Amino acid sequence: MTNRNKRIAVADLRPRFRDGMTIMFGGFLGTGTPDSMVRELLDSGVKDLTIIGNDTALATTGIGVLVANRRVKKVIASHIGTNAETGKQMIAGELDVELVPQGTLAERIRAGGSGLGGVLTPTGVGTIIEKGKTKLTLDGVDYLVERPLRADLAILKAHLADESGNLVYRRAARNFNPLMALAADFVAVEVASIVPTGDIDPDHVMTPGTLVDALVLVEEK
Amino acid sequence: MDAKDLIACRVAQELKDGDVVNLGIGLPTLIPNYLSEGVHITLQSENGFLGLGPLVGDPLPDLVNAGGKPCGMLPGTAFFDSAMSFAIIRGGHVDVTVLGGLQVDQLGNLANWMVPGKMVPGMGGAMDLVTGARNVIVAMEHNTKEGDAKILKQCELPLTAAGKVTAIATELAYFRFIGGVLTLVETAPGVSLDEIRAKTEADYAVSPDCREMRLPAKAS
Repeated sequence: MTNRNKRIAVADLRPRFRDGMTIMFGGFLGTGTPDSMVRELLDSGVKDLTIIGNDTALATTGIGVLVANRRVKKVIASHIGTNAETGKQMIAGELDVELVPQGTLAERIRAGGSGLGGVLTPTGVGTIIEKGKTKLTLDGVDYLVERPLRADLAILKAHLADESGNLVYRRAARNFNPLMALAADFVAVEVASIVPTGDIDPDHVMTPGTLVDALVLVEEK
Repeated sequence: MDAKDLIACRVAQELKDGDVVNLGIGLPTLIPNYLSEGVHITLQSENGFLGLGPLVGDPLPDLVNAGGKPCGMLPGTAFFDSAMSFAIIRGGHVDVTVLGGLQVDQLGNLANWMVPGKMVPGMGGAMDLVTGARNVIVAMEHNTKEGDAKILKQCELPLTAAGKVTAIATELAYFRFIGGVLTLVETAPGVSLDEIRAKTEADYAVSPDCREMRLPAKAS
């Protein structure tokens, strides 16, 4: 087991940014979103991004600022209603938005990180969500085949990490973060504290460090 | 008592001690105010926990409800990720979900997530909740602000889920789906059957046991 210290500076992420890349971001209306990495993306000038996450927060919070600053080409999310910019750009035809039921989004990401070809869900049967999807009837129940999602980069937030990247989340900030840690080629996590490897009780680890590529320390004020 | 409180008060009577309940944003959040003494429910918050409570004192970091607002947590709260949250929802581990509606129809279809060309916020967790909860109670005002019917023969707006609604609570009436038939079971105080008929487009049965809602003294 590697005990390499995974801590980097947020600016060290910048060489990984590419126009047109796909980024998963943790968070639910901004809670659990790594603001330091959103800021780095914004400052880097990277554009034409596809972003995958629960929602686009507000125009001034969380991932929402990337939308408001027109860095995003496509959004895959369950909810965009709290960010007026997302709706405005979508209606103007400037932003592609794929709306996915929240539970389906979670499972598509989980599938993408778990080696699964997709999941079968009853959610969306009999609604416009069916459009373009394979429908299966098994034991008399209708299911939609929902395909996996993956990303080039995941930007996540946890509360505590050890130097090997083992993670502990806090309260409602967990949400999509553990799922996305499985589903991206490079996984970067903003944390409020980093302790020496071995200092987190192994029974308390929520995401194993082997899934984490880099840690960015942003201490709480 | 205004329409919203009356609806919340009536829905509260449906909840049993020990139920796991998910409440939508808005009107449904009033429901805990009207629970009978001795009825304790566990609130599920789809952003990732069981044990949601009212905000007491200063907000805690990273503790928000499904509307992103600071909230409280009760002893015994458990936090989890979004896949677990929706496994709980989709897997039938939520006894009751209460949410608002734009339209409901006599087939048990609900439309509450978009108005094409006008309002496209996204469905969030609503489709999973309506699909997976054991009981789906739509809590809404009986008619639109313009006076149009919202309980229809067939929904015109895009559906949230097909055939999953189990009851409808409005400020005029309480309906249940009994054997797949939309059935009027209670009328609000002072509301006549004729008024409900006039303000409802759907075909429905009137239960032989149809009676006036029994609202507590403090609420009526």
